[in-house]
Amino acid sequence: MFRVVRTPLDIHELVRYVTEASAGAITTFIGTTRNNNEGRKVIALDYDAYPEMAEKELRRIGDDAKKKWNIERMAIVHRIGPVQIAEASVMIAVSAAHRDDAFQACRFAIEEIKKTVPIWKKEVFEGGEVWIGTQTGQPLSEADLRQRSS
Amino acid sequence: MKVTVKFFAILRERVGAAEITKELSDGSTVADLWRALKEEYPKLAPIETRLLYAVNQNYVKPDHALKDRDEVVFIPPVSGG
Repeated sequence: MFRVVRTPLDIHELVRYVTEASAGAITTFIGTTRNNNEGRKVIALDYDAYPEMAEKELRRIGDDAKKKWNIERMAIVHRIGPVQIAEASVMIAVSAAHRDDAFQACRFAIEEIKKTVPIWKKEVFEGGEVWIGTQTGQPLSEADLRQRSS
Repeated sequence: MKVTVKFFAILRERVGAAEITKELSDGSTVADLWRALKEEYPKLAPIETRLLYAVNQNYVKPDHALKDRDEVVFIPPVSGG
C-alpha cells in the first residue's frame, strides 16, 4: 500500500494491511506536525506533491526495502494539503518474521521519503510562510541521481 | 514538438500556473527547456541550483533529450515526512 491522500490518516488501516500469519513483528512510524521549528511558532503545515511520481517513489522504497531486509509487507501513506498541529502527515507500517528487519526497514523508509519522494511542505508560521528545503535542503548527490535515473 | 510542464510547490507559486504546454525545437533537452522557462518566468532563476528533473515520472539528467508529449517536472528539494 503506497499512497498519497488528502484525508486524515489511520494507523490501523496500515497495520491491518501488513498483518501476516508468518510475521512475528510489526513496526510503525507516525510523522506528526510539530508546533515549533527553528525558533518559529508553527501554525500548520501545507503539503504539496507530484502524486503519480510520489506514489511510484514510495513503491520503489518498498521494493528496495524488500531487497535489503527479510520483510513481509510494507505500507506507506503520506497526507498532503493542510495538516494541523499534532496531526499525522505520514504513516509507515512494516511486517517481518523478526523485529530487527521490521525496525530497520521502517527507519529506512522514512529516511528515503525525505530524500527522493516529490512531496514538499510549506510551513505556515506566525509572521509568514516558507517552503521547507528550498532554502536549506541538500539536493541528491550525483551517485543518488545516477541510481534514480538508471 | 510540444511538452507538458507541471509545476509544484515553490515553482508553481513563482510561475503562477500548475501546468503549461511548451513548444520546443526537436532535439531539445531538459536543460534547454529550463533555459526557455527562465526567460519566460525570471522568478524561477534563483531556484535552479537545487533542482532535480523528472520526465514521465522518472528522474533524469539535464542532458536528457525530450520527445513530443513528454511530461516534465522540475523538482525543488523535497521535504516530505
